[in-house]
Amino acid sequence: MGRYIIRRFWYGAFVIFGVTIIVFVVTRLIGDPVKVMLPLEATLEQRAAFEKRLGLDRPIPVQFLEFMGDIARLDFGNSLWQHRPAMEIVFEKLPLTLILSFVGIGFAFVISIPLGIIAALRPGAVSDRSTVFLSLIGLSVPQFWLGLLFIIIFAVQLRWLPTSGVATPFHIILPALTMGLPALARMFMIVRSSMIDELNQQYVKTAFAKGLPFYRVVGIHAMRNAALPVLTLCGWELIRAVAGYSVVVETVFAWPGLGMTAIQAIERGDLILLQAIVFTVAIIVVLINILMDVAYTIIDPRLKLA
Amino acid sequence: MKKRENIEKMLEGRRHEFWQRLCGLGLELWRDKTGFIGMIMIVMLLFIAVAAPLLAPHDPTKQDLRGRLKPPVWAEKGTWNHLLGTDHLGRDVLSRVIYGSRVSLLIGAAVVLIAGTFGVVMGLFAGYCGGRTDNIIMRWIDTQVAFPGLLLALIILAVIGPSITTVIIVLALNGWMVYGRMTRSAVLSVRQTEYVEAAEIVGCKGHRVIFRHILPNLTSPLLTLGILEFARIVLAEAALSFLGLGIQPPATSWGLDVATGRDYIFRAWWLVTMPGIAISVTVLAINLVASWMRLISDPQEREKQFARQMSIRKKRGRMFPVPQEEPGK
Repeated sequence: MGRYIIRRFWYGAFVIFGVTIIVFVVTRLIGDPVKVMLPLEATLEQRAAFEKRLGLDRPIPVQFLEFMGDIARLDFGNSLWQHRPAMEIVFEKLPLTLILSFVGIGFAFVISIPLGIIAALRPGAVSDRSTVFLSLIGLSVPQFWLGLLFIIIFAVQLRWLPTSGVATPFHIILPALTMGLPALARMFMIVRSSMIDELNQQYVKTAFAKGLPFYRVVGIHAMRNAALPVLTLCGWELIRAVAGYSVVVETVFAWPGLGMTAIQAIERGDLILLQAIVFTVAIIVVLINILMDVAYTIIDPRLKLA
Repeated sequence: MKKRENIEKMLEGRRHEFWQRLCGLGLELWRDKTGFIGMIMIVMLLFIAVAAPLLAPHDPTKQDLRGRLKPPVWAEKGTWNHLLGTDHLGRDVLSRVIYGSRVSLLIGAAVVLIAGTFGVVMGLFAGYCGGRTDNIIMRWIDTQVAFPGLLLALIILAVIGPSITTVIIVLALNGWMVYGRMTRSAVLSVRQTEYVEAAEIVGCKGHRVIFRHILPNLTSPLLTLGILEFARIVLAEAALSFLGLGIQPPATSWGLDVATGRDYIFRAWWLVTMPGIAISVTVLAINLVASWMRLISDPQEREKQFARQMSIRKKRGRMFPVPQEEPGK
């Protein structure tokens, strides 16, 4: 077990290293960071001074080593926009994004399992087909639009919930719903299909034949085996939420987490802050991946630690 | 001369076969009502995108500052001149939605083509060559899959600046891994079969084995994957444009129109709603067709479907005794 975890960590470090190289190549070799970060009317002297301050006038290999050093120390320098260390801003915003993602995906997870089981009990029935069709619609609706619709309906027309911000616990309801609904649709599909497969297995028939009560067979025997793919998907959805959906959902609801900060950093040409956000999220994603793999080997005894 | 006749004879039979298969597919599509509806919607969308200049009642970029924020025709103060109302600059929403389909479909098709070709080639290499090539390519794919694409896309778009080309490149860079993985696993399983072994023993060169004997087997799963990816790309393009990192004004895109309508959400609900409905309908149509295709191209799924139909028929038969031959057949 210990060796397996160590190997997973090595692999995670490899991923982070890949990210480092790509970010370095994109920001230093393909694009011109000075052009992005300074306003158009900056003079040549200002540009030169700025290059010197960031160390962009040095040879590329030296720059790369410094870049690696910065990442190792998690010190990206001061944000151009807010004039304070970029990591400080990141650590301030990170909890908000994590809370939103966990609540949204947790909601999807809790709802998708009973829905999926109900649909799987009678495949092809009206309840099954209507839920499948609804989840197809859920998959097809763009998330940002869903959020705006929620704002129009629940905040503007009905005035039940606040439109944006983070003042009270009620503020999380709409963003979390928006975050969770597409995930709910995908998880529902997986729960349904794996549950249908399990219910057709011989051991389920045996359990019924033994006279076990219905809820025990479905809820415990079949559910246990059907839960594995759902758990994997749950981890994936969490990763997607933290590293993708949060950008869109936070922008729609003005939820001041990492995603919204990333968009603001792009608008203001603050590459330093953007880099800090990208690396933090990359590290979190790698950690979730490792956690998932470890959890998987604990839950599923059939899996060998290869 | 005789040879040519022979070939023609062969082709004739083949053409017949092909036509029959197409008819069979059509029949199956007709049987799956949701897939059929999806296909019709896709055909209509393609038509709308191609014939946009003929269908759009107005120029999508023509401003009319006196006629700003007009509501759709069925609402109060709506006019027949602007069926879906006008936006904050007085541009016709319907025309913008019609023209927006072009961008979405174009980007979707381009990304699926580029990412699909690259992914399939990489997957074929990895699966057929094996060994070190396989290791390197799979490591690369694993690393890219483990890393969320949107963040990388953000950095690239922030540095290089958004445009249609960069959007296509960024989305293709993030999407090729699925094709690679699927192609590799399919190649690995097909390689085990006797006919590939036979082709190799007969002395077929590597590329012939790959393109004539292995690739045709991957057509239907790859097609299904491509269609599913198309839906994903349309959504991704809309999201990027919504965030201001995709299509830039004055070009039209559904995501961009939702973003501009966002500022008028309290006064003009139609600005956000209409392009959003367009995106949703497009993606839904593609998803419906994709789920139908997955069902018919997967033998296991077909078997399940068949069993289900038989069991339904049995149950019905038990409840209402039906004559052996159905009337009208």
